[in-house]
Amino acid sequence: MAYSDKVVDHYEHPRNVGSLPKEDPNVGTGLVGAPECGDVMRLQMKINPETQVIEEAKFKTFGCGSAIASSSLATEWVKGKTVAEALAISNTDIVRELSLPPVKIHCSVLAEDAIKAAIADWKKKKETSTPAQTTSTVGD
Amino acid sequence: MAIKLPIYMDYHATTPVDPRVVETMLPYFHEKFGNAASRNHSFGWTAEEAVENARAQIARLIGATPKEIIFTSGATESNNLALKGAAEMYREKGNHIITQVTEHKAILDTCKRLEKYGYEVTYLPVAKDGRIDLDDLRRAITNKTILITIMYANNEIGVVQPIQEIGKIAKEKGILFHTDGVQAAGKIPVDVQKDNLDMISLTAHKIYGPKGCGALYVRRRNPRVQLSAQIDGGGHERGMRSGTLNVPGIVGFGKAAELCQIEMADESARLRGLRDRLKDTIFAKLDEVYINGSMTHRLPHNINISFAFVEGESLLMGINDVAVSSGSACTSATLEPSYVLKALGVGEDLAHTSIRFGLGRFNTQEEVDYVTNRVIEVVQRLRELSPLYEMAKEGIDLSKMNWSATAGGEH
Repeated sequence: MAYSDKVVDHYEHPRNVGSLPKEDPNVGTGLVGAPECGDVMRLQMKINPETQVIEEAKFKTFGCGSAIASSSLATEWVKGKTVAEALAISNTDIVRELSLPPVKIHCSVLAEDAIKAAIADWKKKKETSTPAQTTSTVGD
Repeated sequence: MAIKLPIYMDYHATTPVDPRVVETMLPYFHEKFGNAASRNHSFGWTAEEAVENARAQIARLIGATPKEIIFTSGATESNNLALKGAAEMYREKGNHIITQVTEHKAILDTCKRLEKYGYEVTYLPVAKDGRIDLDDLRRAITNKTILITIMYANNEIGVVQPIQEIGKIAKEKGILFHTDGVQAAGKIPVDVQKDNLDMISLTAHKIYGPKGCGALYVRRRNPRVQLSAQIDGGGHERGMRSGTLNVPGIVGFGKAAELCQIEMADESARLRGLRDRLKDTIFAKLDEVYINGSMTHRLPHNINISFAFVEGESLLMGINDVAVSSGSACTSATLEPSYVLKALGVGEDLAHTSIRFGLGRFNTQEEVDYVTNRVIEVVQRLRELSPLYEMAKEGIDLSKMNWSATAGGEH
C-alpha cells in the first residue's frame, strides 16, 4: 500500500499539532472516533465571536497516516475561514486533496465530523454563556 | 559497518532462502532436471535420489522416518490434506474435530469447510497467555472425536502450545493428533515421538528454503495413519498426494532442514539474546507498552508488543525502512484487528497498537539496535500527536469515556 506524497508530507510534518484551552468560551472542541475503531481525532478551533472567523486551529489524532493527514489538512483549511465556510468543507474535498484510496475514506469522514463537532461545541458554549462574557472589549 | 536498509524483521511471514540452500538447488533446474517418477533412466534416478536424500534430511529434523514424509506445495496444502484427508478416512469412526481459536486460517477455514460437510468442530478458547487449557481439551473430547489439531507455535505471538501434553491425551484416547508446525520446526526442538505427533505440517519457506514446497509428516506405526488423498493422479507420495515432485524445491527444503538442525542451538540462543535486547530497551525507554502472549512459552525469535495510544499502521509508516507487521485493523484486508489478539482478551484499542517483531538468521545486533531506536523515536513522536496519550496522562479513564458513534466509526 503506497501513500500519496501529500499524506506522507502531513504525516511527517503535521500542521497545527497541539491543544487550545478547552474552557475558553471562544474555543470549540470536537472529539470524534473511538480507540476500539483505531481512530480518534481531536480538533480545536478558536473562533472570533464578532467576525465568526476561525483564528486558530489545533489537532491531535490517534490513527493511521491517512487519519493524521486528514486532520492536519482540516486544521490548515479551517484557519482563516468563517464558521459557515468551514461547515461547507466536505470529506470528498479531503479525499481529493490527499488522493485517499477507498479504504481510507472513513478518515476523511472523521475529519469532516471533527470540524462539525468543534463548531457545534463552540455554538453550544455561546448559547449557554452570558453575552457579557463574549462581547467584552468591543463598542467602548 | 553501515546498515543496509530496509531491514527485514518479519521472519514469521517468510524467510530469505539461505545462499547455501540456493547453491544446493541450482543443479536441479537444468542439469539434473529429471522427473523423480521416471523409473527407467538415469535422469529419473538422479532426481529420485535427490528427493530421497531430502526426505531423510527433513525426517531427521523432526525425529521421523523418511517414508513418513509426504511432499506438498506448502503448509496450507498440508493442513488441508491432514484435516480433510483424516476427516474423510475416519468418517465412520466419528465426525468430531477439536481445534483452537488462534490457529492459522489454513486450519480455521478448513474446519469451516468440514462443518459444511456435516462435521462438528470444537474451537477451544485460549487463556490470556495464548495457551489452551488441557482440562478444556479433555472435556471437549467425545466418542465421536477423530482428530485434534492444535498448532505448535503461533505465527503472530509466537506462543508455544503444550504439545507433549496434548499428544499424551490424544494417544490415551486413541484420537489422531495433528499440529501445524510451520513456525516451530527448525526453530525449536520438535520430535514426533516425544511429542506424540501423528501428523505435522511443515513448509520450506519459513526455514530459509524456497516457497511453494511443503510436507506433511504422516505416522506409519503406532498408529498407522491413513488419509484420503485430496489430489488424485499418478499415485505419488504413497498415494496420498499425486503430482510430479518439485525436485529443486524439495532439494532446497532438505538442505534447509539440515542447516536448521545443525545450527538450531546456536541460532536460537543468539536470536533470543537479540530479541530480549530489543524488548528490554523498549521497556526501559517507553511507558505503556504491553507484551501480547506468554513470555515463558514463546519462540525465541518472536516478540509482539502493544504500544498503547499509537495506532499500528501509523507506527509502521514512521519506521518505513523496517519490515515488521501490525495487528492493527488498518493493515488487514478485513479492517478487523487481529483475531489472535482478541482471543487472548487484548482489547481492540490495544490490538490496534500491536507490532510483531520476527527476528531471523540474517539479523545483526546493529540492525536490532537500529530498529529499537527507530521504534522508540517514532512512538514518542506519535504520542505527542495522540489525544489519547494526553488524556491518559491527565488521568482520564479512556475506557469510561462515551465515544461518539460517528459515520467514520463503522468498524
